[in-house]
Amino acid sequence: MIEAKNIHKHFTDLHAVKGVSITVKDGDVLSIIGPSGSGKSTFLRCLNHLETPDGGEVYVDGELVTEDNLQNVRAKMAMVFQNFNLFDNLTVLGNITVAPIHVRKQSKEEAEKRAMELLKLVGLEEKAHVYPRNLSGGQKQRVAIARALAMDPEVILFDEPTSALDPEMVGEVLEVMKKLAASGMTMLVVTHEMGFAREVSDEVIFMDAGEIVESGDSEEIFGNPKTERLKAFLNKVLK
Amino acid sequence: MAIYLKGVMVALKGLPRTLQVSAFALVVGIVLGLFLALAKMSGSKVLKVLASVYIEVIRSTPMIAQALIMAYGVPMILQSKGINFKWGNLLIPALIVCGLNSAAYMAEVIRSGIQAIDKGQIEAAHSLGMSKRQVNMLIVLPQAFKIVIPALVNELVTLIKETSILAYVGVVEVIRSAQLWNATTFETFPAYVGAAVVYFIVCFPMSKGVQYLEKRLSADKPVKKSETEKSEGKGGIR
Repeated sequence: MIEAKNIHKHFTDLHAVKGVSITVKDGDVLSIIGPSGSGKSTFLRCLNHLETPDGGEVYVDGELVTEDNLQNVRAKMAMVFQNFNLFDNLTVLGNITVAPIHVRKQSKEEAEKRAMELLKLVGLEEKAHVYPRNLSGGQKQRVAIARALAMDPEVILFDEPTSALDPEMVGEVLEVMKKLAASGMTMLVVTHEMGFAREVSDEVIFMDAGEIVESGDSEEIFGNPKTERLKAFLNKVLK
Repeated sequence: MAIYLKGVMVALKGLPRTLQVSAFALVVGIVLGLFLALAKMSGSKVLKVLASVYIEVIRSTPMIAQALIMAYGVPMILQSKGINFKWGNLLIPALIVCGLNSAAYMAEVIRSGIQAIDKGQIEAAHSLGMSKRQVNMLIVLPQAFKIVIPALVNELVTLIKETSILAYVGVVEVIRSAQLWNATTFETFPAYVGAAVVYFIVCFPMSKGVQYLEKRLSADKPVKKSETEKSEGKGGIR
């Protein structure tokens, strides 16, 4: 279970996240939607301290995240990035096994066996020995998801995982994410893919100007929005 | 013509020493330069300042001054303080000076390589629970070194030429070999032309090699996608 309490983040002259609190139960999928610049990515990055929050607390399975246990916590909270961020110096297999071997201290054989299973899951077994530069965007993102899964995380944070993809590649990545959601993976997804958010989320949060404006299950949010801001946002993106 | 060939042959005799000093300086330069680069980028203000001062002092003074200080100045000042110190072999201060000197230049080269690494990859490594050290050793440095290989070879070319000033502190390398031959035969022109030819034969192919490497490495690199816009409502429901 992930719990964030009253998270604040300031940049030089911008109060990007203004006291956001969430709770994500194990096995749930929580989507965060909202306009660009609404602070949703920043909030997500505060959870694993890629941005150090200026205020508030994050608990993972009841354990408060601090600078001291950060490495441990991060190993349990994998992240998938908008720009994939695969390691250019490693093959696909190397990308997936490097953290299990060096952080989890798995043996190379064990890590590689698991990596091949995960590549099968994301449909890229034949790319195991290829370098990232030879993959398409959609393939890179699927490798990034396999890399995250290899840590056997409690939760995966997705930071706009399809926003950098060419439209024809969005589907293949969403398919994998849907499979994960169905398998009971706990997921936090910042996304512009409203169809995906509506279909797979247990809970949807609408953020604007650094705050949670409205939250609820996906039918409430998409079918029966209450606030004017959410109505205006949905009008714009769903037309 | 034969006298020119002789001049080249004489200078060639000094080449092993030139290459030896250069290779040593290269290795010391890379290792020490890496530490200087990391110090300069570290969070510690003290380390930052120390590294910067070192780099700037070395880069803003000629190597001949550094060599003269190390080879003759240091023993002199120590002796004046009553410490009986003499370099057993003048090659030792020469090696030290070349190593320390190249470290300052390498530090900047390596730093630029490290800074060229995509920040997203570093974040990804941290997000997987890697320690700072692991991120450096597994992700950043392997890529940084690949990027800086051409610059390092350029440094080596510079080093090979720069070691010629060691002729002034008693190291019998290419130039000193030519000088000694000139002193006994007065074949001044063939002696120094011979030395120049030897440097050219070594350095020119390396420079060409660097150009080739640079071309290959840049061909390797994927085309960098322009920052993807986060335009609102892109796509909507699919």
